[in-house]
Amino acid sequence: MRIRSHPIIDFKKRKELPFSFEKKKIVGEDGDTIASALHAAGVRTLTTSLKFDSPRGFFCGIGKCSSCLMRVNGIPNVRTCIAPLKEGIIVEMQEKLASLPDAEFVGESKKTLTVDVLVVGAGPAGLCAALESATQGASVLLVDENQCVGGQLVKQTHKFFGSKQERAGTRGIDIAKELEIDVQKLQQERKIQVMTDATVIGYYESEKKHRFGVVQRCEYESTLYDVRADAAILACGAMENMLLFPGNDLPGVYGAGAVQTLMNVYGVKPGERVLMVGAGNVGLIVSYQLLQAGIAVDRVVEAAPVIGGYNVHAAKLRRCGVPIQTSHSIKEVCGDKKVEGAVVVRLDEHWKPIKDSEEYIKCDTICLAVGLTPSTRLLSQIGVQHEFIPEAGGYVALHDETMQTSVKGVYVAGDASGIEEASTAMIEGKIAGLAAAIQLGCSKNKKLLTHYREELSQLRAGPFGEKPRIAKQKIAKMEQKHHAPI
Amino acid sequence: MRQYEKNGILSAKDLQIPSEKHLQKGVAILECVQEIPCNPCVESCPVHAISMKDINAPPVNDFEKCIGCTKCVGVCPGLAIFVVKVTGKKALVTLPYEFVPVPHGGDTVKALDRTGAVRCDALVKKVIKQGKTMVITIEIDSDLAMEIRNIRI
Repeated sequence: MRIRSHPIIDFKKRKELPFSFEKKKIVGEDGDTIASALHAAGVRTLTTSLKFDSPRGFFCGIGKCSSCLMRVNGIPNVRTCIAPLKEGIIVEMQEKLASLPDAEFVGESKKTLTVDVLVVGAGPAGLCAALESATQGASVLLVDENQCVGGQLVKQTHKFFGSKQERAGTRGIDIAKELEIDVQKLQQERKIQVMTDATVIGYYESEKKHRFGVVQRCEYESTLYDVRADAAILACGAMENMLLFPGNDLPGVYGAGAVQTLMNVYGVKPGERVLMVGAGNVGLIVSYQLLQAGIAVDRVVEAAPVIGGYNVHAAKLRRCGVPIQTSHSIKEVCGDKKVEGAVVVRLDEHWKPIKDSEEYIKCDTICLAVGLTPSTRLLSQIGVQHEFIPEAGGYVALHDETMQTSVKGVYVAGDASGIEEASTAMIEGKIAGLAAAIQLGCSKNKKLLTHYREELSQLRAGPFGEKPRIAKQKIAKMEQKHHAPI
Repeated sequence: MRQYEKNGILSAKDLQIPSEKHLQKGVAILECVQEIPCNPCVESCPVHAISMKDINAPPVNDFEKCIGCTKCVGVCPGLAIFVVKVTGKKALVTLPYEFVPVPHGGDTVKALDRTGAVRCDALVKKVIKQGKTMVITIEIDSDLAMEIRNIRI
């Protein structure tokens, strides 16, 4: 199940890490998460559903769903898809409602950290926001749930579009490295503190500054930080949408991004034959990357009458012989405890299934690339004004053109502010980072802010930028109605 | 609705097709017809043959200026540029390739068209590494020069 030969990524053999799963010895590799090591060893069922005991497997791969909660060294509800694998740990499947362990929770008392700017999420938007704020002279704390910074860039093996000046033609994985190096430089100069494997658990009452609780995990032990910041930039990203059909929770049904994480970050094959659902850019790009990892793609089905992603991505797949069927969707997934096949069906002009058009496909993996929903839970808890904007992917925080929300000093950037591309997320991050620095009096460079905004509108000017353009126009309109900074 | 929006396959009517004279000289075919914000091909061209009105406009190749140098092939993030040079009954097609294993010069590989169908055998003439993208030149019969767009080993 390990990918050893790949055209873009050099998957070297890494140090072996033995651990125990359900009293059996399993060997993972250094750099694995618990779930990727289990997957590589052929373990597909990670948990069972609360009501019907249905087996559940890896779905989102980025710590946002609850399909992979297990007990690790006696601690229940560990999100094994983002928890780093360590040698000798004991991993068990947990009973439905995990019992509270008998462990001691009295550790060190909480530590207080005071910074100018807290950035939540170290993906393209968060990294750029942190870099921008710190470059302008603000002290920055950057927090991310994963083991490393980069967010979803770390699995983007394709070359990015955009303008040559803004890293177009560079692969996402290389952009992540470049940004990480930039952050490391500022870390050495003590302008940025980075906390990985850490979660912002909530927003708390405070008289002056914004106050957050942050839990940093280390070897499965946690430290609680009381973080006080004058400004907070929330770049929490998004999570993949689920689609309703019988069998959608069988192990082997994944979010397309999860498959990308498994194969491009951990070098683990999701399966041998894939049905891709959705022909937007994510579906098309991940399909191609599956082929690059030596995995067969049976076909791509798309419910809409046209391919949503760029033709250049569709053309790459077609010339490899992968069919793309528009006006087609998945009807059900077949299999006992795991995916063994799927039924696809043709849709009429009203998107209704056409009778007797069903076709059975033999496959062991279903990838859902049916859109994303902004992660706004922390923003909601802060009390930021939200609106449901379909073009943005769901509920999003209203924000002004500097990315500031309805709460003064709280900014949003990237997918959390409306689903879009990494290239625009990076610019939004810069805008939020700079605007926060200006607000705190660290910078006066309003000209640069205008420049970033121009860049952003240029990237959104084409037909593929229509959806985010409409989303941002709606946000601006509603924001003017609601905006009342406190 | 254009056919390629349904099936992903471009046809001659979607593309800027070079004349016979230009094909004999060897020119880049830009199989990028939609308005997407992207411009590395323009920047890569040493003779400024490739241009676009703005970053969203599809690129246009001035076949008079183009020298068929293949620099743009490995640069295009969409892997959508091919260089075709026709000499008598044979043609050289240069294409981007991002799979393993990588073929060597002198190998015989299968040549595929835009639908992925195997149309003929091809002789690998040259393999250049541009970053992680392989830029591969194959030789095929000239009548398939505007159809062959991929290889399989």
